[in-house]
Amino acid sequence: MNWDVLFDFSPFGKESSEVLQAFWATVRLSVMTGVLSLVFGTVLVAMRVSPTPVLRRAGTVYVNIFRNTPLTLILVFTSLGLHDTLGISVSSGISANAYWLAVFGFTAYTSAFVCEALRAGINTVPIGQAEAARAIGLPFAQSLRLVILPQAFRASIAPLGSTLIAMIKNSTVVSVAGYIESAGQMKQMFDDYGATLPIFLGFAAAFMVLTLPAGLLTSYLAKRLAVVR
Amino acid sequence: MTDSAGGPELTKGGDVAPEDTPVGEPLVVLEHVNKYFGELHVLKDIDLTINRGEVVVVIGPSGGGKSTLCRSINRLEPIDGGTILVDGAKLPEEGKQLARLRADVGMVFQSFNLFAHKTILQNVTLGPIKVRKVAKAEAEKQAMELLERVGIAAQAEKFPAQLSGGQQQRAAIARALAMKPKVMLFDEPTSALDPEMVKEVLDVMTGLAADGMTMIVVTHEMGFARRAAQKVVFMADGQIVEESTPDEFFTNARTERARDFLSKILSH
Ligand SMILES: Nc1ncnc2c1ncn2[C@@H]1O[C@H](COP(=O)(O)OP(=O)(O)OP(=O)(O)O)[C@@H](O)[C@H]1O
Ligand SMILES: [Mg+2]
Repeated sequence: MNWDVLFDFSPFGKESSEVLQAFWATVRLSVMTGVLSLVFGTVLVAMRVSPTPVLRRAGTVYVNIFRNTPLTLILVFTSLGLHDTLGISVSSGISANAYWLAVFGFTAYTSAFVCEALRAGINTVPIGQAEAARAIGLPFAQSLRLVILPQAFRASIAPLGSTLIAMIKNSTVVSVAGYIESAGQMKQMFDDYGATLPIFLGFAAAFMVLTLPAGLLTSYLAKRLAVVR
Repeated sequence: MTDSAGGPELTKGGDVAPEDTPVGEPLVVLEHVNKYFGELHVLKDIDLTINRGEVVVVIGPSGGGKSTLCRSINRLEPIDGGTILVDGAKLPEEGKQLARLRADVGMVFQSFNLFAHKTILQNVTLGPIKVRKVAKAEAEKQAMELLERVGIAAQAEKFPAQLSGGQQQRAAIARALAMKPKVMLFDEPTSALDPEMVKEVLDVMTGLAADGMTMIVVTHEMGFARRAAQKVVFMADGQIVEESTPDEFFTNARTERARDFLSKILSH
């Protein structure tokens, strides 16, 4: 057994710029997906609690489809189905195109989970809050925006944090969509240098650099911003 | 506890109710109102007229439909038949227009329902700013005056959870008043309060009544009914069983049902 390999961090030195680029690709993908999923997830949850049955139904159908479909399938569909078959192209550059298609599929998937985290948050807001909002004459959309969602968001921070962490880890799947991020780079390096422990640990640590603070920050905020009743 | 919320303070402000319907003319009119919860017939052909400036106390056994009556007057509950007119206008179905008309009917809940994530001042200014489109500075000025009148101006920057129940309910009354409603509905406003806080809330309500506010109050507080109300409506099983003056009702109820109910609430 070649014990030296276990402590051989040299591949990182040799490929430092590729590794950093891959890490940056993960960050870029996660941040964009996080922001877009938060927006679209909020739209979805507004649909799911709206007084209009058609919207409610549409929201429910969407969430059930995307929450129950493997992410890999969605990403393969966005890259192959949308791009190769339908010829949908968002950017002329090949890598920019891969990025946006990955963001698109990844957001479609993550939004369903954001929606459900927010819906759990809405369920913690007593019905009397909505009634009081309606009683002072706020229409549905304003009741939601000014009274219900601000309280629901605060109650959802912890579950949203879990969604965020899951999302960052799930980002490793997007390599199937042709977008090279950290997991793709790791695979590449395994192929070139052999699957060594340092390479694995290095990439695992890189993900923890993202996920650990995300978890700590959200649990801090969840406590800090909790609505006292 | 500052109890500056008593009558004299409140009678100063004569701007509580906007002048539209003249005093003594019908302001809230219910005709043949019917309401079902599934099979359960909760409001049975209710006819009721409340005149401007009138204070009506609704009293009756649990499950009789008192809350449902209140909630249907501002359409927190839709009705299944009949009409409800507020100041001559029929409440439309759910939608933007209803939202606006609903602001003319103030509502005070048993459990206060102050917006938990907003300060007391923000609770009071939210409606005026967002619904009535009052400028923020003006809304805050009016809100502070209202909080002064209900005796909790010092709590303006606190959050609801930091206040006692009595203070929260007075803040909720100020929030409803800030919309300058034509009529105020109170659904058991003191029954979630510790006994020592009941008076401070009833004092505010008595002051409002003296100011000429039109009020529909679900309560078992007989002292308040005798002091402030012109009319007592006794409701049971979804019907208005008896309608009379407070004195008449409490000393000489006409129906067996009412006498039976009164003997129960008087015995403790
Ligand atoms: N949302 C609802 N769904 C189904 N039934 C309801 C609902 N709200 C009230 N009810 C029923 O309607 C009837 C009247 O209720 P309501 O709350 O109006 O009575 P109440 O006179 O206010 O009673 P209480 O003194 O206990 O507050 C009761 O039998 C109650 O169980
Ligand atoms: Mg009730």
